[in-house]
Amino acid sequence: MERIIGQLLRFGVVFSSAVVLLGALCLLPQHGRERVAFADFRPAPEEFRGVSGAIHAAARKNCRGVIQLGLLLLIATPIARVAFSLAAFAVERDWIYVCITFVVLAILLGGFFYRQ
Amino acid sequence: MSLLEFAPLVFSISVAAGCLGALTGLGGGVVITPALTLLMGVDIRYAIGASLVSVIATSSGAAAAYVREGFTNIRIGMFLEIATTIGAVFGAYLSGKVPTSALAIVFGLVLLHAAWQSARLREKDGDRGDSDPLASRLRLDGVYPSSSGQKPYHVRRVKTGMALMWVAGTVSGLLGIGSGALKVIAMDRAMQIPFKVSTTTSNFMIGVTAAASAGIYLRRGWVAPELAMPVMLGVLAGSMLGAKLLAGARTRALRWIFGIVVAAMAFEMIYSGIRGKM
Repeated sequence: MERIIGQLLRFGVVFSSAVVLLGALCLLPQHGRERVAFADFRPAPEEFRGVSGAIHAAARKNCRGVIQLGLLLLIATPIARVAFSLAAFAVERDWIYVCITFVVLAILLGGFFYRQ
Repeated sequence: MSLLEFAPLVFSISVAAGCLGALTGLGGGVVITPALTLLMGVDIRYAIGASLVSVIATSSGAAAAYVREGFTNIRIGMFLEIATTIGAVFGAYLSGKVPTSALAIVFGLVLLHAAWQSARLREKDGDRGDSDPLASRLRLDGVYPSSSGQKPYHVRRVKTGMALMWVAGTVSGLLGIGSGALKVIAMDRAMQIPFKVSTTTSNFMIGVTAAASAGIYLRRGWVAPELAMPVMLGVLAGSMLGAKLLAGARTRALRWIFGIVVAAMAFEMIYSGIRGKM
């Protein structure tokens, strides 16, 4: 179990960083001359704030969408680790920990998909 | 400033912050937010959003290595994550309600505490008595590799640890940091878990805790792609570099020097918050 968790985490970090880097290499040549203003807060555009929006934007080859997709993959990495633990505890028939892991997974997914 | 100037500058600052975070043991997230707000004038909400994302990257990267070494206690981590994730969701909710000047002041105080905590790091693990009955029922006790072979340990005061973990999760969600210092206090102090097991298990939990609030930040529009991109890549690169340097460096002197740097940042955050400049 330890070995697979280690590999899962490493893969998630490497893969999501690669996607973010790809987005950066796409964004900088195209939009490099645009001015950035982060001193004043304006929420990020609606399409970059959810899973489906980021996927659609990335599919349109929108560079910011690709970056957001990479960030979503990164956020999904620990969630995938918890989902894997759930399966591993179930295989070991460790029911107390199946319940504990299920609660954590439910909180994570709730935080991720909850709409205000 | 154009994006072509901004991104490399933020990347460099993030490498430095990640490196500093690894060398001091504070973690990159707690250093990058003051660096972005104080040096670059970035709004604290953007800084917190980008920092939280970078925290997931560094903690997952480090956890991948630690888990194989056999110090991380996955059961303890899994069980306590119930408390940290509930706290993280609550903290992320709170962060949208409190004024940014208050966020800056709380951030400064937490940063000061973390710096003080890391300056007095110690690695004493005595014999600490029997397990909490709850720990036995949850089979939290474990073994860890030591110079004299696999060494068993017991886990105590599970409920106190759980309550402290909820606080750590709330702080993490509120400020977009890993809050490793608070997690280590809960495990090392309250639950009497050996130091090396506490630090690696804390790191293991940080990614999951941060993931619980990241979705909320994202939906609120605090994660800006142009900023999060150089911050995430930079902090990740910096903390890997820091971990390499740590293996060869004389850390005592470094800890003190960087501790002072971090304390100065903390005071500046508190001052800016009080002046209402954040």
